[in-house]
Amino acid sequence: MLPRTIAIGGVAAATAALAWVLFVGLPRWYPAERAPVSGAVSGATGSATQGRKIRARLFYVSEDGTGLTGVEREVPFGEGVDQAREIIAAQIAQVAEPIVSAVPPGTTLRGLFLTDRGDAYVDLSGDVIKAHPGGSLSELLTVYTIVNALTANLPAVQAVQILIDGREVATLAGHVDLSQPLAKNLEWIQ
Amino acid sequence: MNIRPLQSAVVAAATAFALIFIPIHQLTGQSPSPVPLTLLSKDGRRALAITLVNGQQFVSLDELAAVFQLAVREGSVGALTVSYKGRTIVLTPDQARASVAGRVISLPAPPARSGGRWLVPVDFVGGALGLIYDVRLDLRKASHLLVVGDLRVPQVTARYLAVSGGGRLTIDAAPRARSTVTSEGNERLTIKFDADALDLSPPLPSSTGSQGLVLGIRVVDGTTLTVDLGPRVVEVRASAQPIETAERVTIDLRVAQPETPPPAPPAAPAPATPASPPSLGQLISPTRTLATVVLDAGHGGEDLGVRSAGGTLEKDLALAVALVLKSAIEGRLGARVLLTRDDDRQMSIDDRASFANNNKADLFISLHANGSFKTTTSGASIYYAAFDGDAKATGSTSPAERVSVATGGVRDIELVAWNRAQTRHLSRSMAFASLLAEQFRDRVPLESRAVRRTPLRVLQSTNMPAVLIEMGFLSNPDQEMQLANSDFQNTFVQAIGDAIVRFRDGPPAGGTR
Repeated sequence: MLPRTIAIGGVAAATAALAWVLFVGLPRWYPAERAPVSGAVSGATGSATQGRKIRARLFYVSEDGTGLTGVEREVPFGEGVDQAREIIAAQIAQVAEPIVSAVPPGTTLRGLFLTDRGDAYVDLSGDVIKAHPGGSLSELLTVYTIVNALTANLPAVQAVQILIDGREVATLAGHVDLSQPLAKNLEWIQ
Repeated sequence: MNIRPLQSAVVAAATAFALIFIPIHQLTGQSPSPVPLTLLSKDGRRALAITLVNGQQFVSLDELAAVFQLAVREGSVGALTVSYKGRTIVLTPDQARASVAGRVISLPAPPARSGGRWLVPVDFVGGALGLIYDVRLDLRKASHLLVVGDLRVPQVTARYLAVSGGGRLTIDAAPRARSTVTSEGNERLTIKFDADALDLSPPLPSSTGSQGLVLGIRVVDGTTLTVDLGPRVVEVRASAQPIETAERVTIDLRVAQPETPPPAPPAAPAPATPASPPSLGQLISPTRTLATVVLDAGHGGEDLGVRSAGGTLEKDLALAVALVLKSAIEGRLGARVLLTRDDDRQMSIDDRASFANNNKADLFISLHANGSFKTTTSGASIYYAAFDGDAKATGSTSPAERVSVATGGVRDIELVAWNRAQTRHLSRSMAFASLLAEQFRDRVPLESRAVRRTPLRVLQSTNMPAVLIEMGFLSNPDQEMQLANSDFQNTFVQAIGDAIVRFRDGPPAGGTR
């Protein structure tokens, strides 16, 4: 009886040790190799370090309405993909006049993915289409608000593809090609 | 309107004189003074002097008053009041707009004072005066013509297309004027139009441009054209038929030995009637082919596009302008003009591009109205395609691939990604966008950056020079009023037509593609 109990205890201890190594030890030993460029999050809040902030450049509609203006803002700090998520969450948050956002009110972030190639996939809620005023200029400003918010603040992000409700779309409002990731474009920044 | 024989003769003779000499001055550039505006009415013809101020064409308000029986009064605060039968136009110096019977319309420039007299932009005649005058005023700036009343003055355009074994000359008259074609052997054709006068301002095919098959096209009276044919022509077939709103005369010319290289064209045309006026074709550079134009009215069906506060829908505006533009281009160029949609129908973006590609269009124009997050944003803009990263764009074609063909053997074909078809046409698209901006300038409000490269899907997939025109902002209440105005829409149509003609006629082929 005793040897059997010892054997069961040994197996349990070995399993626990293996689990600790796999799920706790290895991630601690190799944290920097995975976090900066790959991963996935969903939802509007993440695991940002409490209280710590970074300064990020967010983009809003310029005074004459024909471009974007960069504005320095404090954004919660996050590791890797969490930082991308925090930047987009701050970018699409509602703003008070006279600032005007090119992202329609009510738009939420459903998810954000980064690939090893530096492509970011930003999954927005369908409100970005439903509440969009239309017109190619507005659409361009909406798209490049999102694209530039990530590519201008995170060197690891080379290009951004916008998804709507988890799916690829041809355009937001009938003009700008969203079938593939778009690179940073500062032509729209005034 | 009935025209008495004597008056018809006066109009015809006057028009023949005007229409022959106006383009000569215009195209040769030998005369430093501006070409006068030729006024055609049932009473005959008269010239209105044009004065250039800062590159804009102006006419004297006093002269207009004398011609149209207007009363002009200068108010104490500087405002000019122009009255006709109780209806008034109020002009304010330094303001490029006029109040016409309580309605505000824009002008390309404010009134100007010169030598103690007031000058108004020539557009004032068609845009403002036309609204209070009781007879139709048809201003044709490109032709330097002002047609007063319901005279039938179709615009006549001609183009030549080389085909196997000869050539095809197509002559269009729009609006439609019935024609009678008679031939004198293989040497000459005479085309008599049932009209009061002809508007012949666009370039006509020349001897050089037609490989010597068409020596010249001449006006022998106000309403008859004579086409002199070259000695190599052995067979002529002519037919006339209505095409949309135009009369189209198609003349097929066959040569004796199509396989041998054509001889050099004669050094000088040999008109059969020495007393006739000189051929216009001798003075004008050859035209290039622009056989098919596809117009794309943006959005449609459940896809409304921009919806203005006043209820104007982008899809309706785009379609209205596209329909007018179609008629205008067909009339001026004789080109085949196809619409991606001619009713309120939903179409995917890729279907629009494939429609243009499948019809082998030579030019693609997508018409839209813009929207902004700010209600003050205004102005038209023209977009041509951008691709994400030039390196990707230039590397968009795969190496040639060897495939089997139905007739046996193999053939190398170049594969182009569907959404990269535009890459090979970018420079010509950019050139056309610039021409459009040039033609829009001084006629319609332009956005601060009128021409932009943008990754618009409908442009990226089109396999021909392609642009997207945003005519203005429906999100701006003032612009919404402008865009809904048919005069303003016609200004766009005229400007786009002018740009297409310039695009067709130059620069030399092969230099921009």
